Amino acid sequence: MTLLSVRNLRVTFPTRQGEFQAVRGVSFDLGRERLGVVGESGSGKSMTGRAILGLVRPPGRVFADRLDLDGQSILNLPERRMRKIRGNRISMVMQDPKFSLNPVMTIGDQIVEAYRLHAGGARAAARQKALDMLAAVQIRDPERVMGAYPHEVSGGMGQRIMIAMMLAPDPEILIADEPTSALDVSVRTEVLNIMDRLVRDRGMGLIFISHDLNLVAQFCDRVLIMYAGRIVETLAARDLHSARHPYTQGLLNSLPRLDAPQARLPVLERQESWRDGDTIAESLETEFPGGL
Amino acid sequence: MNQTRRDWLLSDAPQTRRQARMGALYQGWLTFRGNKLAMLGLIVLVLLIGIAILAPWLAPQSPFTQDLAGRLQPPSAEHWLGTDHLGRDILSRLIHGSRITLFIVGTVALIAPVIGLFIGTVAGFAGGWADQVLMRITDIFLAFPKLILALAFVAALGPSIGNAVLALALTAWPPYARLARAETLTIRHADFIAAARLQGAGPLRLLIRHIWPLCISSLIVRVALDMAGIILSAAGLGFLGLGAQPPMPEWGAMISDGRTYILDFWWVAAMPGIAIFIVSMAFNLLGDGLRDVLDPKGSGQ
Amino acid sequence: MLKVENLNVWFGHAPDRVDAVKQASFHVAEGESFGLVGESGSGKSTILRAIAGLIDTWSGRIEVAGRPLNARRRDLAFYKTVQMVFQDPYASLHPRHSVDAVLSETLRLQGMDDIDRRIARLLDDVGLGRGFRFRYPHQLSGGQRQRVAIARALAAEPRLLLLDEPTSALDVSVQAEILNLLSDLRAEHGLTYVMVSHDLAVVGHMCDRLAVMQGGSIVETMNVDALRQGTASQDYTRQLIAASRGYARA
Repeated sequence: MTLLSVRNLRVTFPTRQGEFQAVRGVSFDLGRERLGVVGESGSGKSMTGRAILGLVRPPGRVFADRLDLDGQSILNLPERRMRKIRGNRISMVMQDPKFSLNPVMTIGDQIVEAYRLHAGGARAAARQKALDMLAAVQIRDPERVMGAYPHEVSGGMGQRIMIAMMLAPDPEILIADEPTSALDVSVRTEVLNIMDRLVRDRGMGLIFISHDLNLVAQFCDRVLIMYAGRIVETLAARDLHSARHPYTQGLLNSLPRLDAPQARLPVLERQESWRDGDTIAESLETEFPGGL
Repeated sequence: MNQTRRDWLLSDAPQTRRQARMGALYQGWLTFRGNKLAMLGLIVLVLLIGIAILAPWLAPQSPFTQDLAGRLQPPSAEHWLGTDHLGRDILSRLIHGSRITLFIVGTVALIAPVIGLFIGTVAGFAGGWADQVLMRITDIFLAFPKLILALAFVAALGPSIGNAVLALALTAWPPYARLARAETLTIRHADFIAAARLQGAGPLRLLIRHIWPLCISSLIVRVALDMAGIILSAAGLGFLGLGAQPPMPEWGAMISDGRTYILDFWWVAAMPGIAIFIVSMAFNLLGDGLRDVLDPKGSGQ
Repeated sequence: MLKVENLNVWFGHAPDRVDAVKQASFHVAEGESFGLVGESGSGKSTILRAIAGLIDTWSGRIEVAGRPLNARRRDLAFYKTVQMVFQDPYASLHPRHSVDAVLSETLRLQGMDDIDRRIARLLDDVGLGRGFRFRYPHQLSGGQRQRVAIARALAAEPRLLLLDEPTSALDVSVQAEILNLLSDLRAEHGLTYVMVSHDLAVVGHMCDRLAVMQGGSIVETMNVDALRQGTASQDYTRQLIAASRGYARA
């Protein structure tokens, strides 16, 4: 069964020069899978994630023919009901943990509070749950980390804590917006492993927003490639290197490679037709309806 | 024609220095115009300036002519806003008083932020002992209540409108110095300052060409928001008899005059009070609008 | 061209002194492109800033074009030899200065004449064209801003260019354009590059030799062929290379 079904999602912002369309008709289904959303800055990939979570601030506006979570519409719900869904059923991990954690609260208090906000229950039970969560994201000394403040932990640790917080209420969907791009490569692998394991063990759907094509090709099951607010191509992640859309090909070619040195890097020649051309799609529907 | 001029101003690829500058100004104006209340403030202030310039022609009567027979008259067709205890037409006095108000506001707005900008940016940029010395001086000024300090200055210099303005300016600069220093500290280590340093730019050039332009906008906003306070302080000095001397129609002094009759003849004190209220409000609204345009943190969205 | 010997850089004073760079030594020949790689906090950018004179708490020996540098003071001749391009093009341009103001101020400070013609040439050199001369930073994309920053660095006609992660804030397609531009400029003007990056593929593409840094020290200096073949002598370098090949599911 599809967890999330999006049809013709549009996000617009009024500007002095007229309406700016950040997302222009995005459609996809998400199953219990790792779905990569790739694109350059300004392609609308982050805005798509925010729109699903109801985090587009006025004067921005969100339209869609359909935005269903488990068959129920979550399009433009009132903020109070949306807040229930965020965190309980859909969670988000942002790029930089420094800006997502409260700097004047200990990490333990933040996780406990986040957990009790959604699940309620006694403080002691929530604390035990928080310790379990920290252990689940492979933090070796959870007792010590619980008492630490955000500035006292490294970037990789902070991101793992964010993931722990987001997973505490057992959401069905996790939206991760560039969760590793502020991290060093060695830490990145660890964080990805943790996310991967959690997604597989709990049968969650993961939307992994990233600009890094190689990473998405290796980490995800399916990839959406976005350009100028639209999906230009969707394909299985393992086929990314045989992508057919010239934009996808151009992005892949413009990366310098250690194993294939070249004197000059091929430069992407953007074409006007990409803005409104057809989507090269294998299928809108998820290939993994029953989980991995 | 109109459309092409707009396009010329809003062009993303200006062809000349002049077009680029005009374009930046026009963008700011469009942002400002979007704020209806700020426009209201601007209109009120433009009207005030107009009234001050045309005061002798606008005022129905002389602000000094006394008419003891017609003293403390309520507002009527002859005296729109009534007369005061010496029978002077309050409307005429308010119109002439606008010049004094503008003089006070303008002078203080010129002196205080400039002192503040200079001390604050030098302290923030130089750091070390220069920062310590300058900021401790600022703290000393900040430690006294503003009006009390101004009173002390005026008492020492002798009561007159010029001395009142000077006293206000000398007591108003410390908050600007703090603000300018804080701004300087945030931009001192920015990459664009490092880049200019790598071109061989000296400290004076960095200060004037690179740091001042970024501090000035937040100072302007702050000054506009403080204007109301300055008008009120000037009125306070006038009220205490340490600012404008009789028979000058300074608004604060006029309230002071009306105080004795406030229960029976409310309009004598209320009319200048309303004038101060309107002008203070206009400056506040203007400051809010300017913040939309100038504040580097808010713009660029 | 550049010789760094036993360089130590520290921040702060005795009890909480942080040693950001410890005993770093390397040399870069004229016309060479040298890479400094490492993870965040390894001290790679700090070395560049010490060379550029933006940090004055260092000891050891730095020689540029055969002349040893003084810890605190740099003269105009130094700025005519060494220039720097910063990581974040959004932070390295003054938000209130137009391209024209940035370049003409730079040229004037460098004591150049014929400023109009030089600005036009600089803009052509970095592939922007004259139409960009009067724009403000907010009217430019990230790649265009970085081109302006490169033009500013080239204005002094330097021989050594310090590149501090010049493309890490840019999209990959723009990164390719900027890297190509930097390659072209090096060939055209015979420049020497010292490039800091966390991206081994970028360094592999741009540089001839590189030093790997960890915790403020240089772990290993190697040439780019060794990097490509993965024949590093240190474990840490091998880990970095493996990690940069991407994600392998555990």
